[in-house]
Amino acid sequence: MTDISHASDVITAGADGLAEARAANARQIRNAKISAAVRYIILFGVGLMMLYPLIWLVGASFKTNAEIFANPGFVPQEPTTEGYVKGWETSTPYTFGRFFLNSFLIIIPKVIGTAISCTMVAYGFARFDFPLKKLLFGSVIAILLLPNVVTRIPQYLLFRDLGWLDSFLPLWVPSAFAGDAFFVFMLVQFLRAIPGDMEEAARVDGANSWQTLVFIVVPMLAPALISVCLFQFMWTMNDFLGPLIYISSVDKYPVSLALKLSIDTTEAFEWNRILAMSVLTITPALIVFFMAQKYFIEGLSAGGVKG
Amino acid sequence: MTRKRALGLGYLTPYIIGLLVFTMIPFGASLYLSFTDYNLMSAPRWTGLENYTQLFTKDRTFRRSLTVTLIYVFTTVPLKLAFALFIAYILNYKLKFINFFRTAFYVPSILGGSIAIAVLWRYIFASEGLVNMLLTSLGFEAVNWFGDPQNALFTITLLRCWQFGSAMVIFLAALQSIDKSLYEAAEIDGASKAHCFIFITIPLITPVIFFNLIMQMVQAFQEFNGPYIITQGGPLKSTYLLPMYIYDEAFRRFDMGYASAIAWVLFVIIMVLTLAAFWSSKKWVYYAGDKRS
Repeated sequence: MTDISHASDVITAGADGLAEARAANARQIRNAKISAAVRYIILFGVGLMMLYPLIWLVGASFKTNAEIFANPGFVPQEPTTEGYVKGWETSTPYTFGRFFLNSFLIIIPKVIGTAISCTMVAYGFARFDFPLKKLLFGSVIAILLLPNVVTRIPQYLLFRDLGWLDSFLPLWVPSAFAGDAFFVFMLVQFLRAIPGDMEEAARVDGANSWQTLVFIVVPMLAPALISVCLFQFMWTMNDFLGPLIYISSVDKYPVSLALKLSIDTTEAFEWNRILAMSVLTITPALIVFFMAQKYFIEGLSAGGVKG
Repeated sequence: MTRKRALGLGYLTPYIIGLLVFTMIPFGASLYLSFTDYNLMSAPRWTGLENYTQLFTKDRTFRRSLTVTLIYVFTTVPLKLAFALFIAYILNYKLKFINFFRTAFYVPSILGGSIAIAVLWRYIFASEGLVNMLLTSLGFEAVNWFGDPQNALFTITLLRCWQFGSAMVIFLAALQSIDKSLYEAAEIDGASKAHCFIFITIPLITPVIFFNLIMQMVQAFQEFNGPYIITQGGPLKSTYLLPMYIYDEAFRRFDMGYASAIAWVLFVIIMVLTLAAFWSSKKWVYYAGDKRS
């Protein structure tokens, strides 16, 4: 500091410029600090808006029914697990555990079918030439954009004629035929980015295309396949309209339908039961997300996604 | 080589079967059904354009539902995308905790489609719910969210905007791939932040804006869970979106022909808007070099 002011005594003209530059510099630093602060305030504010409803939900699920509509804070004044105990029992002959079991009975075969069929199809698209390839790949994009609403009624009629209503088959089978075009698209994009050298080497060593797929391509595809399974898990867990249309007996209800049922039967007074079961309903998705969020973000950024 | 060709198609077999059985045949069948009267009891009866004339000349519910759907889509999609881009833009500065924020903003996207969140929304916007409790404690008047036709649809818009995370992640990835030297060059030439944003950032991310726009629009037109759980289409059908009308016609009244006709109107609207977006994209979407993906 003193050095500079001393120097400025000596070289006046230069010092003026220097002082000006320093002032400008200080202003810049201050502005940068202010805009950084504004950014953090916005991000924290938005983050709070995003997460507070969820935090409130968890807190409210431990509140008494009287407190839910009286206390905007999330800490319960008289914590109670009544909502969980009673909510778990449900007003049906089954506990909520049964509905979770049903959800997983829908999800697991569906995820496996999706992973196998989409890998095969993506491998076919990315590594082989065949007639009508362009047209067929165009159809993947078309399905991606096709609103389900237009095929839903005939699909329902088809499954009715097959005698599949009120079973999990309508929820499993289309996925096992690579019906979720988004995943095919994502895997094709991923495969195209992997050079075929390893597969070529395996082929020279006498592996057939099926062995190449299983032992070379699938391990390389693993990160993308994990993304596929996670997204399918999440979407199926959240799916409501599918089960609503196809499942009619309560003993086959997945959690999404069971939750809707509990609103219809108990909402007038037993709010904490419903909130408690809502918390349980989103818990599997949250756990999976936090264990594997890297794959979600990568899957999203790689293929782009709905959601 | 010929063997290889057959092999490629072999791997596609599941897809081709699925395409025919679960997409193409149902697609054609629903067009056919839309010209029939079919209540599941007897075989479909050909009625020509009757369903469509009914829809466009007599059915006031349909007109209401269509209007509400268009309002919903044209408010939700721009709001959601603008918000997603805004937050992605802020996150793109070198900030600490960026991973934390990205996760916090993305969580609602993961959960938003769940029935549990729709249920939560009912509680948050109830007349004595969280939002009104906060509003009154801040000295504002409580809002009648579900009772007033002006407000009810907005609660669903807010739910979908709350789920801006996936659009944001895509925007953020695009922003991060922009060459920083472009900004430096512009700054030397004296361009302001706003200029840089409008003339560098926006043009370079038009491909993802386009992608997000199409995806979000197709999705918004098919919104079902929100109105079904949160508002039940009410009050005064102010949230009775077309997918819910289709569901009611098809699976409550079992009027499959009429429901198919509504579905086709919805489909044609979505298709026309999608094609319009693709057609106009030649004028505003910028693909750098060979990066056309």
